[in-house]
Amino acid sequence: MAVLLIAEHNNKELRPFTLNAATAASQIDEDVHAVIIGQNSAEAAKQLSELQVVKKVLSVEAAHYENFTAENFAPVIVKLAENYSHIVCSANTFGKNLMPRIAAHLDTSQVSDIIKVISPDTFLRPIYAGNAFATIKSSDAKKCVTIRPTSFDPCDSSGGSASIEKVEAGEEFSNTKFIKREEIKSDRPELGTARIVVSGGRGMQSGDNFKLITEVADKLGAAIGASRAAVDAGYISNDHQVGQTGKVVVPDLYIAIGISGAIQHLAGMKESKIIVAINKDGEAPIFSVADYGLEADLFEAIPQFMEELNKLNTIQK
Amino acid sequence: MKILVAVKRVIDYNVQIRVKEDGTGVVTDNVKMSTNPPDDNAIEEAVKIKEAGKATEVVAVTVGEEKAQETVRKALAVGADRGIHVKADGILEPLAVSKILQKIVDKEKPDLVFMGKQAIDDDCNQTGQMLSALLNWPQATFASKIEVKDNKLEVTREIDEGLETIEINVPAIVTCDLRLNEPRYASLPNIMKAKKKPIEEIVASDLGVDVSPRLEQLKVEEPPKRKAGIKVANVAELVQKLKNEAKVI
Repeated sequence: MAVLLIAEHNNKELRPFTLNAATAASQIDEDVHAVIIGQNSAEAAKQLSELQVVKKVLSVEAAHYENFTAENFAPVIVKLAENYSHIVCSANTFGKNLMPRIAAHLDTSQVSDIIKVISPDTFLRPIYAGNAFATIKSSDAKKCVTIRPTSFDPCDSSGGSASIEKVEAGEEFSNTKFIKREEIKSDRPELGTARIVVSGGRGMQSGDNFKLITEVADKLGAAIGASRAAVDAGYISNDHQVGQTGKVVVPDLYIAIGISGAIQHLAGMKESKIIVAINKDGEAPIFSVADYGLEADLFEAIPQFMEELNKLNTIQK
Repeated sequence: MKILVAVKRVIDYNVQIRVKEDGTGVVTDNVKMSTNPPDDNAIEEAVKIKEAGKATEVVAVTVGEEKAQETVRKALAVGADRGIHVKADGILEPLAVSKILQKIVDKEKPDLVFMGKQAIDDDCNQTGQMLSALLNWPQATFASKIEVKDNKLEVTREIDEGLETIEINVPAIVTCDLRLNEPRYASLPNIMKAKKKPIEEIVASDLGVDVSPRLEQLKVEEPPKRKAGIKVANVAELVQKLKNEAKVI
């Protein structure tokens, strides 16, 4: 039986992580079908049909699908699940919200946030915020799997020519009403998906001093992070918190400034590709995970860092 | 309105996790345990709603071994009225926990069920959504703001793109984000008082639900270690390394 991928989109276009989830789905079984549920989402459905790994697209449209409510989506997918061995989706807030609702209806124990497909029934997933990796084998007849997008490369967005089949819509769930969505419009990339993250810790000493972090982040086109200590001290709002109880980030470059490297912070960033630590305490635990450590007073180092960055002809964005 | 809050006992978030040498799991003996952090937010929110006169009773429930009762006792110390401890040993998957909670909901008939959005041990992020599915109730996951209006809740949810606001009719499930509130600490007099509050004990097997695991944990291992890095002498060397060696800027 084939694998059913649930596409994430905004009715106009696919959201990028759908391509990463498609790669994971194709590692489970080559026969990948994708379902797109929305309203006036024909353009996104067309994009889905062009993904190289997708063999067939199922399109479901109705007004009550416009805002991606899990209560409306789940019954549609549960009905389609009859023909599939696996249901796959990204483990971002869309998939995290939706998949367990499907799994419970199918009486399946979901495997969340996998980072590797070992075989069609066995997966690797981080537990304890990435402090341990568990190999999990599922004995359920139908498997519901969410994938960590950053652990799989996006599939080719062209080269496919899947057929698009219309599927009948389900009923509306009347006890949940969508009111509004406020997308954070910022020139700055989102913390969870940014290529570069610049984070400050208690060493910043005040909220005002976080301006220094902002300057570096602006220069590098980076997102701004913070340790729990900096958040607890009130230097910055908690939506910037990186760590076990905040966000887990895996950027190409993570710059930790004035962060000692408490366990709970390390859990949120130690999978980053390159880690830089700037701290005046040479014994700080952050240096044990840093690729490049600079033992220096951050109030001297940051202005120098800006100066050096300004000397560069080009900076990758 | 009656609010049921589910809490889980997990390894404290400040503890360095150690993987057992035989690969069967992580070391839990002699390790500090606490309430799962966002479950504290769930309790706090329920208590605040009661203090605002919009709820009549807050009941804390946990599912797990003998010592899991500590988390219920802690919830009682910060304002829950009574507790329920469903005793169960061994690994319980979120599907099993949601089936047990469904039975408790049938019995207690709460208007709202609150819990943390995710447990910091298995990081599954499933139980609330599964319970909503089993009950066919609305679900408001990753809540960072809750407004109670008659028989409705207006909930602001943390989503990747920003914030989403939905309105749900009660009965409903809400899973709580850390941003929802600032959990209070229990005062000593309240800890003493909590010792007198009732905790009902129920044996999971008496509930008649199938809780047998569907997933087999073949191995638990340490994540790959980072290779040792270097210390750079100055900022100029750092920038040069980032540009020419790591090629990330």
